[in-house]
Amino acid sequence: MSVLIVDTKCANLASVGFAFDRMGITNRISDDPTEIRSADRVLIPGVGSAPYAMEKIRAAGLEDTLRLLNQPVLGICLGMQLLFETLEEGGTSTAGLGLVPGHVEALDTGDLPTPHMGWNQLTDLIDDPLTHALNEGDHAYFVHSFAALITNETVATCRYHTPFSAMVRHNNVRGCQFHPERSSQTGSAILKAFATL
Amino acid sequence: MLAKRIIPCLDVRDGRVVKGVQFRNHEDVGDIVELAARYRDEGADELVFYDITASTDDRQVSADWIGRVSRELDIPFCVAGGIDSVAVAGARLAAGADKISVNSPALLRPDLIDELQDAFGRQCIVVGIDTFEQDGTYRVKSHTGDPYKTRETGRTTLDWVLEATDRGAGEIVLNCMNQDGVRQGYDVKQLKAVRAVCNVPLIASGGAGATKHFETVFKEANVDGALAASVFHKQVIAIPDLKRDLVQAGLEMRL
Repeated sequence: MSVLIVDTKCANLASVGFAFDRMGITNRISDDPTEIRSADRVLIPGVGSAPYAMEKIRAAGLEDTLRLLNQPVLGICLGMQLLFETLEEGGTSTAGLGLVPGHVEALDTGDLPTPHMGWNQLTDLIDDPLTHALNEGDHAYFVHSFAALITNETVATCRYHTPFSAMVRHNNVRGCQFHPERSSQTGSAILKAFATL
Repeated sequence: MLAKRIIPCLDVRDGRVVKGVQFRNHEDVGDIVELAARYRDEGADELVFYDITASTDDRQVSADWIGRVSRELDIPFCVAGGIDSVAVAGARLAAGADKISVNSPALLRPDLIDELQDAFGRQCIVVGIDTFEQDGTYRVKSHTGDPYKTRETGRTTLDWVLEATDRGAGEIVLNCMNQDGVRQGYDVKQLKAVRAVCNVPLIASGGAGATKHFETVFKEANVDGALAASVFHKQVIAIPDLKRDLVQAGLEMRL
């Protein structure tokens, strides 16, 4: 098995690749549409702002390729947010990849510090190959200001003033709002489960 | 619930981890990657690497050791030292750092914070502040890596916290210099004052000497994380014991 990490031009690609290296899982980074279409597993990383990231994906000619993936796909952090239909950020609405129904909006953090940064708990786990190895209350490393609310696609919930989707699944497509590559054994278990789906 | 973070700080000089007392008299405490791996295994929530000579010597931290650290770590880490442009920050992030921290260059040219935020988003932009109490007022110093080059900035700490967060800092690390390296406890009074105006995550730095100090700063100043160096390097406090004790004290920690 091998994982292709999409070069979204806006992500910490190295650290995701290193996480698979530590588990002995073959991985490569690519922005080539043909290579991405034929990959066993496709991982979409991302950090930064949604409008900027979608612009980079479009400029690289990857938008249609990513919209039509039918192998297992995992989006992480901003890469998860890009899976949704629309993203409300910077006062505008950006069209996402539309692989998962729903929307991403600013996380209502109340009086708590923003961004939501640090180790928070995964709760209300729904059965999925990616949540099998997890225990209710395991900590994962989050750093974000935007989030998808709870929907039928939510397979793990996190709470920071309001509950939001920590993990989602829709058909072949999954997403983690946190950074599994920086979430110690919890994150490794998720990445390994994805690679061996 | 969001856990409080325990953050060992590794001061890096000439490719080695060093430790000084009140920013002076540095001694060698070990290899960068070896210490990073040790703290990862002990349950550190995050690591910070400060290239303490970078700004003063006008050079930049090395993407090479950042890559080696990133390869080893499955927890986040932040890199600081001489980052004075979007290009330099981008190279550090590309090498695998999760966050970059700016201090002296942001004081010289505050627009740097806006530029970094525009390029990478505020979630990976940390502003480190070296603050010193003088006559009852908290003031910001720069270039503290070398006592002969340390400068007064003419800024008060609370004003700089407000400006930095307004410009796009996603986290503030407050290094309370009066307390640094003396292990008498964090500057809770000052951290409370900063907490009151700081709407992004706030990390306490300077003064940790005992488990009780961590408990006090989390409970009284409500900081998001506590940073320490010598108590961890010299194994005065073991991180697993510290975190268990803090859970006993009623704090949310990742065990």
